[in-house]
Amino acid sequence: MLAALIIVFREVFEAGLIVGIVLAVTGSVPRRNRWIVGGVLAGALAACVVAAFAGALSQLFAGMGQELFNAAILSVAVMMLTWHNVWMARHGREIAGEMRAVGQAVADGSKSLLALAVVVGVAVLREGSEVALFLYGIVASGGGSVLSLAVGGIIGLALGAAVCLLTYFGLMRIPPRALFATTTVLITLLAAGMAAQAVAFLERANWLNSLDAVVWDSAWLLPDKSIAGRAMHTLIGYTDQPTEMQLLAYVAVLLVTVLLMRLTGSQHSDRAIATG
Amino acid sequence: MLIMMRKPTLAAICAIAMLTASPSQAQQATEVQLTYSNGQFQPSEARAPADKPITVRVKNLDAKAMEFESKSLRVEKVVAAKSEGVINVRALKPGRYEFYDDFNEKARGALIVQ
Repeated sequence: MLAALIIVFREVFEAGLIVGIVLAVTGSVPRRNRWIVGGVLAGALAACVVAAFAGALSQLFAGMGQELFNAAILSVAVMMLTWHNVWMARHGREIAGEMRAVGQAVADGSKSLLALAVVVGVAVLREGSEVALFLYGIVASGGGSVLSLAVGGIIGLALGAAVCLLTYFGLMRIPPRALFATTTVLITLLAAGMAAQAVAFLERANWLNSLDAVVWDSAWLLPDKSIAGRAMHTLIGYTDQPTEMQLLAYVAVLLVTVLLMRLTGSQHSDRAIATG
Repeated sequence: MLIMMRKPTLAAICAIAMLTASPSQAQQATEVQLTYSNGQFQPSEARAPADKPITVRVKNLDAKAMEFESKSLRVEKVVAAKSEGVINVRALKPGRYEFYDDFNEKARGALIVQ
């Protein structure tokens, strides 16, 4: 039971952090729960499908199917997060100031919600498919321990949900004015971290060989496998042995986000001045 | 405008990917075969030459999925029940590199690189 609890919690933990952040980001958007729950459910369903076809998936691309699949869905999440940030830089103030017609704001809001629902779905899918595979394996091997396994799994899941709620309520304690800036930084770091992870998968698949020297090894200080290491891994993309290409991707996403936010943000204020 | 903003980003990402991503067959990899059955690696110690890329093939004969994991090899790979996983490892310095099944940490082994 304990083994099941630990493995399930370990996977759900990361998804819980991401869902918690997205909940905080969308705190004031109407009908956000529908989108986020939809994202979680779609992710869970997709996780089961991926787990069911795990064998076939890994046979693709000369045995590198898993890695490339992970790299692909992570890249999608990076684009969605970046797009969300850019979108918020453009429309965030308008929505906050209720300068726009409500109908339009809701329509725009759901566009951004869709992007975040995809991010939530991807997070659940990635972590969930391993849980599904692990649990399925134990059920299939037919130990008499199905009940204790189920109990362990459910407790692990509940703990993961607790992480999600803690993240959410923790962020909600931040005053509304600072919350927007905080979540923008969080989302940007999340995206950069995911880009670095996608690079790691491409490196494992041997699709990316340039600049693959490890830059530093900080495992003595904060190992990836520790709970703090995992939290930092999810939140800011920490890894104890990053390669040069991983750092490059990380910095590139940060720069592109800042640049795009500046561009769209300043355009917006120019226009506001011109029309105002 | 938003859509126009997204395209250059996408194009840039694709361009970077194309520049850097190329399936490499440049260096011939050494192959290491492992089987996993009854929660044990067989052999539990494998050998490989140093300074050459290595391909580890893990055949999981059990009815459970396993996750081949190694911190020092920087590898983490789920191998579904009754299937084979392929793991690429870059050229290594001589040494002992331990691996284990992340779903069952009693199952351990090591790759000895010489």
